[in-house]
Amino acid sequence: MIKFDSVNVVFERKNEQFTAVDNVSLQIDQGNFYGIVGPSGAGKSTLVRTVNLLQRPTSGNVFVNGQNVTSYKDKELRDLRLGIGMIFQHFNLIKNASIFSNVALALRASNTPENEIKNRVYELLELVGLKDKADVFPNLLSGGQKQRVAIARALANKPKILLCDEATSALDPDNTKEVIATLKSIKENYPLTVLFITHQMEVAKTLFDEVAVMEKGRVVEQGSCYDIFAHPQSQAAKNLIKCSIKGVIPEEILAHEKDLYLITYKEECAYESVISYISRQFNLDISIIAGNIEYIQKKPLGRLLISLKSSDEQSKAKALAFIKEKAFVHEFNGEI
Amino acid sequence: MNELISSTVTILQNELYKAIYETLIMLAISFSLSLTCGTVLGFVLYLTTNGHSVKSKIVNKVTSALVNFIRSIPFIILVVFTLPFTFFLVGTKIGPIAASVPLAITATVFLARLVEIALAEVDKGVLEAAYACGASESLIIRRVLLVEAAPAILRGITVTFISLIGFSAMAGMVGGGGIGNLAVQYGYYRYETGIMIFTIVFLVIIVQIAQHVGDFLAKKLSH
Repeated sequence: MIKFDSVNVVFERKNEQFTAVDNVSLQIDQGNFYGIVGPSGAGKSTLVRTVNLLQRPTSGNVFVNGQNVTSYKDKELRDLRLGIGMIFQHFNLIKNASIFSNVALALRASNTPENEIKNRVYELLELVGLKDKADVFPNLLSGGQKQRVAIARALANKPKILLCDEATSALDPDNTKEVIATLKSIKENYPLTVLFITHQMEVAKTLFDEVAVMEKGRVVEQGSCYDIFAHPQSQAAKNLIKCSIKGVIPEEILAHEKDLYLITYKEECAYESVISYISRQFNLDISIIAGNIEYIQKKPLGRLLISLKSSDEQSKAKALAFIKEKAFVHEFNGEI
Repeated sequence: MNELISSTVTILQNELYKAIYETLIMLAISFSLSLTCGTVLGFVLYLTTNGHSVKSKIVNKVTSALVNFIRSIPFIILVVFTLPFTFFLVGTKIGPIAASVPLAITATVFLARLVEIALAEVDKGVLEAAYACGASESLIIRRVLLVEAAPAILRGITVTFISLIGFSAMAGMVGGGGIGNLAVQYGYYRYETGIMIFTIVFLVIIVQIAQHVGDFLAKKLSH
C-alpha cells in the first residue's frame, strides 16, 4: 500500500521556484495495478520517485505499507528500497557488466550469500524468459529484452511494490507488447502492487485497474481505468483520450463534417443497436464516421463517431436525449 | 659515419643497461604509487562533488585546491620544490629513487583528475537504478562506478603512464638518471647525435607499446 499525503515537490533553479508536484494526495491499495497518466512535464515521474525517496518531497508525507517513510535515511532507507522494485524508461542497466551481474547487483544489495546468488539470478532470468542471456552484455539485447532484465533486477529481492517510470516509452510497439506481457504474467503470479507512470494511453488501457490523471503537478482526476476512458471528466483526461482517438480519424473529415458526436457506449449497452433504432424512430440520417470496441479491464468499451444530419432540430434533440440514456455523448468538433 | 656509429655503440654498451634500469626504477615506483593514490584521490574528488554535507564540501574544496596547486607548478620546478620533502622521505636528493618522489606526486594529481572525469561520465540513471535497488555506497563504488568507468579510467592510466615516461626524462636532468639523462648528457651536451636518435626511437617504441596495451585493455572492459 502506498499513500501520498499532501505531497509537494518544489525545485529551485536560479532563484526561480518550480512546483513539480502540487499538493498530491493519493492512495494506492495493495495488489492494485495503478497508473498515473498525463502529458510529459506533469510531474508524474517526480511523484513516483518520492515513493523510494529518489526524490524527497519538499513537504507532505509518503506512507509505504502504513509506515511514514518521508524522513528515512541510511540503513532504514536502504531497507525500504530493498522492498520496492523500480524500472526506468532507459532501463539503466550497467552496460559493462553481464546480464547475470546486473541482476546479481540487487541480490548483493540485500547481502544475499554468494552461493545463493547464482540460483536466484537464473530463477529470475527464467521468470522473464532470458535464462540463455545470462552471460551476454546489455548492448546485445533489444530494448524489450533490456527492460525484462531490468524487471528481473527489480524483482530480485521479492518486493511488494514495483514502480515503473515510463517503462515502455522508449520501446517500439512490438517491444512494448513484450514488456507488457511480461508484467502482466508476473502480476498474475505474484502479489505485487504496481505503480506505473506513462503518457501512452494504449499502455494505460491494457494494464491499469485504476488511474490518476495528472496535469501541471496536480491530480485532476482519478478512478477506475474503465470509467476514465469511458467518461473522462477533466480536460486533461479528455485531451489524453482525444489524442488516442484522433490518430484514427483523418484530419480532413474532422474539418469538413459538421454535427459530429462521439458516442461512448455504457458497459451494459455496448451490444445494443442504438443507432439503427434512432434512425428509424426519429427519421434521421446518420452517417458513421468511425467506430471501435475495445476491452478495458476485461469490459467492452464501444465508441462511435457519427454525424447527425437533420433539418428538424426537434427530432435531433430527441434523438440525442435518447442516446444519452444509453451512452455518453460528446459533441466532437475536434474537441470532446 | 662509421665513427659516429662506433662511438654510439661504445656509449650504449657502457651506459644503456644502467639507464634502462634507472628508468624502470623511476617508472615502477612512481607509476605504482600514482596508480593507487591517483585513483583514490579521483574517487574522493568525484564522491565529494555532489555531497550535501558540510564535511564533504570542505574535503572537496581542499582536495581540489591542492590538486590544482600541484598541477600549476612546472614539473622541473616541482622537482626542486620537493627536494627537502624527498630528502626527508628517502634520505637522498639524487638518483632514480629520489626522482620518483616528484614523479609520483605529479602523476597522482594528473591521474586523479582523469579518474574524476571518467567517473563523472558514468550514466546517472545507472547509479539511480543501483540506489533504487537499495545498494550501499560501497557496493555502488565497487560494482557500478568502477565497472562503468573502468575503460575511461584505463585510458587515463595509459595517458598518465606515457606522461610519466616524458617526465622521467626530465627528472633525469636533475640527477635521476635514466634514458632521458642519456639523451641529455651525451646527445645534447656532447653532440652525440647517434645517442639522441637512439633514445628517441627507444622512447617512441615504448610509448607505442604502452598506448596499444592500454587501448587493448580498455576495449576489453567496455561493452
